[in-house]
Parts: sequence; structure tokens; C-alpha cells
Amino acid sequence: MHSSWPISRLARPQRLIHEVTELPPFQTLIDEHAEQVMAVCRGAVGRSDADDCFQETFIAALRAYPKLSDGGNLRGWLITIAHRKAIDHHRARGRRPVPVAEVREVAVEDPPPDDGIWKLVGALPPKQRAAVTLRYASDLPHTEIAAALGCSPEAARRSLHEGLKRLRKELS
Amino acid sequence: MKASLNRLAERAAAEGLLDVAYTTTDSPFGTLLLATTPRGLVRVGLPNQDADELLIDLAARVSPRVLEASAPLDEARRELDLYFEGKLTEFELPLDWQLSHDFRRRVLRAIARIPYGQTRSYTQMATSAGNERAVRAAGTACGTNPLPLVVPCHRVLRSGGALGGYGGGLPMKEGLLRLEGVLDG
Repeated sequence: MHSSWPISRLARPQRLIHEVTELPPFQTLIDEHAEQVMAVCRGAVGRSDADDCFQETFIAALRAYPKLSDGGNLRGWLITIAHRKAIDHHRARGRRPVPVAEVREVAVEDPPPDDGIWKLVGALPPKQRAAVTLRYASDLPHTEIAAALGCSPEAARRSLHEGLKRLRKELS
Repeated sequence: MKASLNRLAERAAAEGLLDVAYTTTDSPFGTLLLATTPRGLVRVGLPNQDADELLIDLAARVSPRVLEASAPLDEARRELDLYFEGKLTEFELPLDWQLSHDFRRRVLRAIARIPYGQTRSYTQMATSAGNERAVRAAGTACGTNPLPLVVPCHRVLRSGGALGGYGGGLPMKEGLLRLEGVLDG
């Protein structure tokens, strides 16, 4: 036995190969998922504010992207961000006073319905609205809806069910 | 959607999030891919090179924040158009050399100084880069040039005057040398 032989070096395992999916060029995310993110934004905040939500979503994604540890489910990741941005939007809107040139004395009428069914979706409670949007605008399965909403698949299924029930009632 | 995407690219650039912008442009030899960082032009893809692979390589080696955006490449496109029309003999674009290192970068910097319409040998390039015996390595530096055309590796030939190789294919190298009046026709 050669005492000088560096046994420990031989025994050391080879350099660990990280099984991290390499991040594709960000443009790929835009090419593949922009339509869907826009649909989620439209569903969540309405057509007129959808572009703001879309911009906020992609800017936030771009900011975080290089540090993303796993490029495995980029679509789910983007849609989760879009939902957070939509919630931010609703919160900001709730707080924000609307500046007006002069106080109107006539009753304010609701704008004409332009988004059809999505307008009704927009009126659902937040969880139901998110579940319906993710299912039908984004075509996500229950498990991904659950991941996006941060709840169990069962809870996601329930939210979706409740949301659809309510929509059917409104439409009938 | 297009307006939204343009707005996104503009905002990304304004917020310092556009690490690599790329676009494509036409040339007499086919479509070129141009990529720039905020420092300068970082990559030119020749028509026979796979654009998707180039972008994946840029994402891995420079930054994954790679976006299609033409405005940051307007100047590069303008200079290349003039070059192909024979109206520009020296590029004035800022270059980002980060994709080449050490000896190869020294070779490429020497190549960038070869005047329009002139040629040098691989041996001369090896010598300029500080190692006259590293002729093969000088050849490799040309072959892996991330900025062809702008760093004119097409002006480097074999010592006997044979064309040598070219990343964009020999017909393109011949075409460029004809454009610059080195070859007849």
C-alpha cells in the first residue's frame, strides 16, 4: 500500500452535476406565453387595464429571471406573477382616489358591457375569479391552478366549481 | 400585442433589464442575427448559423435576459447596410468583447485592425497576438469569432494565399473579398 497515494481524492465523487434546467432566452417565454399572460390579465383586471398588468408581470419576471433556480415550469411561474400583479392592481385601485376636474352631479352609469362573459368573471370573488380565469383563459389543469393560487388542488377545484356555478346562475 | 411587446422592450431597456437585445437584418448573403449588450455589439450570427442555438448560447454565456428589440441595433444595421453597399470601409460601432478571451481576443483585436480591402495570413495574426508559433490557435480564433464582418476574419488567408476557412461558408468569404476588391469579379 502506497501511503502517499491520495486515496481520498480517488474516493471523492465526481463533481456533482446539477439537474437544473438551463434558463432559455427570455424571448422564448414571451413567444410562448405572452398571449396567455395577456388573457389572464384581461380576465383579472379587465380589458382597459390589461396592458398595464401585462407590463408589470413581464418586468417583474425579467427582473427575477436570472436568479430563478428552476426553469421547469415557466408558464406556471409567469401566470402566478400575473395573478399577483392583478391583485396589486385591485388593491391599488381600491385605495387610489380618482382625480376629477369637477364633481359630477349626474348619476354615474356603469360603462356598457364590453367584455361579455369576462365582465361577469371580473365580478366574482377573488379566489373564484382567479380559478375561473386560470382554467379557461390559461387552460391550466387543477394542479397548476392550485400552485398559482397557493392552495390545495381540492381547494382550487372547489373555487372553480363555485365560480362556475355563480356564472351559470348569472347567465340564466 | 405588438404594441405591448414594443412597450415592454422599451421599458426593460429603460430599467436596465435588457442585458442582450437582438434583431435580424437582411444582407446579400442571407439573414444576419445581431445581438448587443448595453456595452456594444456582442454577437453577429451569419446566415448559415442556427439563430436559436446562438440565442441559447448568449443566454448561457452573457445573460438569460435576452429580448428581441430592434432599436438598440439600429446603428449596427445602418453600418452593415452601408458596408454591403460598398459605402463604408470602417465600422465605428462600440463592441463588447466579452465572448472572447486571452489569446483569441488578442488575435481578434489584431484582425479588427486589418484595413478594408487588405488581407493577412494566419501566421501574421498569430505574431500580432504575441505568439508567432500559435498559427493553429489563430485559426481557431478566426473560426470562433463572435463578431464576424465587423471583426473582419474574412481578411485572413493562408500563407500561400489559399482562402482557408470561414464560419459563414467559403462562398461568403469569397463574396466579401470580391466586395472589398481583393478578388476579381
